[in-house]
Amino acid sequence: MTYQDILRDRALADERLVVLTAENRALIRDLPPVLRDRFIDVGIAEQTMIGMAAGLALRGRIPVCHALAPFLLFRAYEFIRNSVAIPSLPVVLSGYIPGFLSDGNGPTHQALEDMSLMRGLPNMEVYCPADLEDLLAMLPHVLGTSKPAYLRITTQASGFAHSAFQAGRAEVLSVGRDVNIVVAGYLFREALRARDLLEEQGISTGLINIRCLKPLDEECLTEVLNSKSNIVTIEDHFRAGGLFTSLAELVAKRGIRAKIIPFAMNDQWFKPALLKEVLQYEGFTAEALSQKIFQEINTLMYVKFN
Amino acid sequence: MDAKRIEALQSTARSVRHHILSLSSQGGCFIGASLSCTDLLVYLYFEYLSIDLSSLDDPERDYVLLSKGHDVPAMYGCFVEKSWLAKDRLANHLKSNDSIYWHPNRNIPGVEFHSGSLGQLPSVGAGIAQDCKMKGRHNRVLVIMGDGELNEGSVWETFLVASNLHLNNLCFVIDRNYFQANVATEDLMPLEPLEEKFKAFGIDVLRINGHDFEELDGAFRKLPFSDKRPSAIICDTVRGKGIPSIERRADRWFVNFSETEVEQLRQELAGGQAAQLNSETLTVR
Repeated sequence: MTYQDILRDRALADERLVVLTAENRALIRDLPPVLRDRFIDVGIAEQTMIGMAAGLALRGRIPVCHALAPFLLFRAYEFIRNSVAIPSLPVVLSGYIPGFLSDGNGPTHQALEDMSLMRGLPNMEVYCPADLEDLLAMLPHVLGTSKPAYLRITTQASGFAHSAFQAGRAEVLSVGRDVNIVVAGYLFREALRARDLLEEQGISTGLINIRCLKPLDEECLTEVLNSKSNIVTIEDHFRAGGLFTSLAELVAKRGIRAKIIPFAMNDQWFKPALLKEVLQYEGFTAEALSQKIFQEINTLMYVKFN
Repeated sequence: MDAKRIEALQSTARSVRHHILSLSSQGGCFIGASLSCTDLLVYLYFEYLSIDLSSLDDPERDYVLLSKGHDVPAMYGCFVEKSWLAKDRLANHLKSNDSIYWHPNRNIPGVEFHSGSLGQLPSVGAGIAQDCKMKGRHNRVLVIMGDGELNEGSVWETFLVASNLHLNNLCFVIDRNYFQANVATEDLMPLEPLEEKFKAFGIDVLRINGHDFEELDGAFRKLPFSDKRPSAIICDTVRGKGIPSIERRADRWFVNFSETEVEQLRQELAGGQAAQLNSETLTVR
C-alpha cells in the first residue's frame, strides 16, 4: 500500500475527491489515467492550484493539493489563508519533502517553518506522520476531515508497527522516569534509536510520536509535562513555531513547572547535502541526539543536587 | 564570428558537458536542463558578457541571473572553465564541506543570486535594471528562465512592470527545451505561440536556435532591441543536448547515474556509441 494507492482507492469510492498538483508528480504519477478529469495538474502555478481547490470545495469536492511543501505553502500562503482557512473549506494540503527531506536542494526548498505557518491559521489542522507507515495510518482520517488540513508527507518506511490512528491523540510508545522524548515527523526513527541508546545507559526514557500538531493532544502532553522528568522535543523544523513552541505554550498556559530541551534548527537553515549527511552535520542522528540528551540531563542533575 | 572562434566555443561547451556529467552520479543532478542551456551559458560567459570575478564591484558590469536554478551544473561547468571554481571542488557536490548542491547560491563566487523556487529572479533582475537605469549606467541584465517556469504568474507580473518602466537594459532569456520537469510543455500547459505573448506584454522578442553560436551572437549583439522596451530571446533548445541517449527524454530530467554509466556517457559525448543506461528513472518531484 502506498500514498497514491490510498488516494486512488478513496477517489474511486468517493467522486468528491479531486487530486491537484503543481507538477510534482513523483508520488502520484500513476493517478492521471485512473482519475482522469479528477486529476488536475496546473503546471508550476501553486497559487492557482489553491484558488481552484477552493472553488472545487465550494462545489462540494474534497480537493487534495499535492506539491513540494515550500512552494505549496509559502508561494501560495495568502491564497491558503484567504481562500481555504478563512472559509474553512475541506482542502487537504499535502506537502512533499518537508524539513530535512529536501536534503541537497538548498534553503529555497527547505520547509522548516511549514508547521509554524499552518498551525497559526485558524481552522487549519496539522498532521506530521513519523514515517510511511504512520502516513498511511492517518491518511484516511485526513482525507475525511471536514476542516482544512496540512499533511506533512514522510514517505520513508521505518518498518515500525504503529498503533491505530486516533483523531486528536498522540502515540505514546513508552513513558520514562528520567526522560520523555516528544517527536514530530521524520526524526521519529532517530528518536526511537536515541531512546534505546539512553535506555542502554540506564536512563529510563519514554517516547511520544505527536502525529498531529494541531489539534494538540493536550491531555497526554500535560500528563507527561507534569511527570517531573526531563522533556525533550525533536523536530526537523525551526525551533520557533513548531513542536517545541506548542509544548512551551501548553506549559505556560497551564502553569506547569517543566524544562523542555529542544532539538530543532535554531534560527538557521541547514547545510544542504544528502539526507544522511545532513543528519550527521546538523547533529540529528540517534547517536548525536542521545549523547546530547545524556549531557543535558547530567548537567541538570548536577544543578539540582548542588 | 569566425569558424575558429566557433570551434573554440564548441570545445569549451564539450568540457562544460563533461563537468555536468561529473555531477550526475553520487546523488545526481538535473542533467537534462543543464545540457540544454550549456551552449547559451558558454556563449554568454566566454563571448558576450563583461563580468569577471576580480571586478564584481564594477558599477558598469553585466549581470546574469539564473532563475531556473536546477541547471546550475552548467553554470559551475563554465566557472571551472573560467578558473573561477577549482575543478576538484566538483567532487564536493552534495557534501556538507562545500556549497555545491542542486541549486545556485552565493557562497560560490560568480553566482549572482540564489534560486530554486521558480519565477523569482525576473523581478530581482528588474530591480537591478531599474537601479542601473536610474544611475545612467549601461549594464546589461540577463535573466535566464526555463520554459516551464513561464507557468508561474509572477513572471508575467514582472513582464508588465518591466515594460511599464521601459527597462530596455533588461533581457529575459528563455531556455525553450520544450519540457517541464517530467512532462512536455505542450502536453501540460501549452506555451505557443510564445513570441506573441511577449509582444503582447510590450517586450521585443527574437527566437533563435540556442545551440548555434552564430545565431546566439546574432541575437545578443542586437541588444537592446529598442530604446524603450525590455527584450526577450527565446532559445529553442534540446533537453539533454549533446548526449543522444538522454536527449528529449521526459524521464531524464533528474538523474543519478552509476560511475560506469557516466563513463559510457562521456564516450557518447565524445562521439562514441550510445550508453547503456540501467539506473532507475527518477521523478524527484
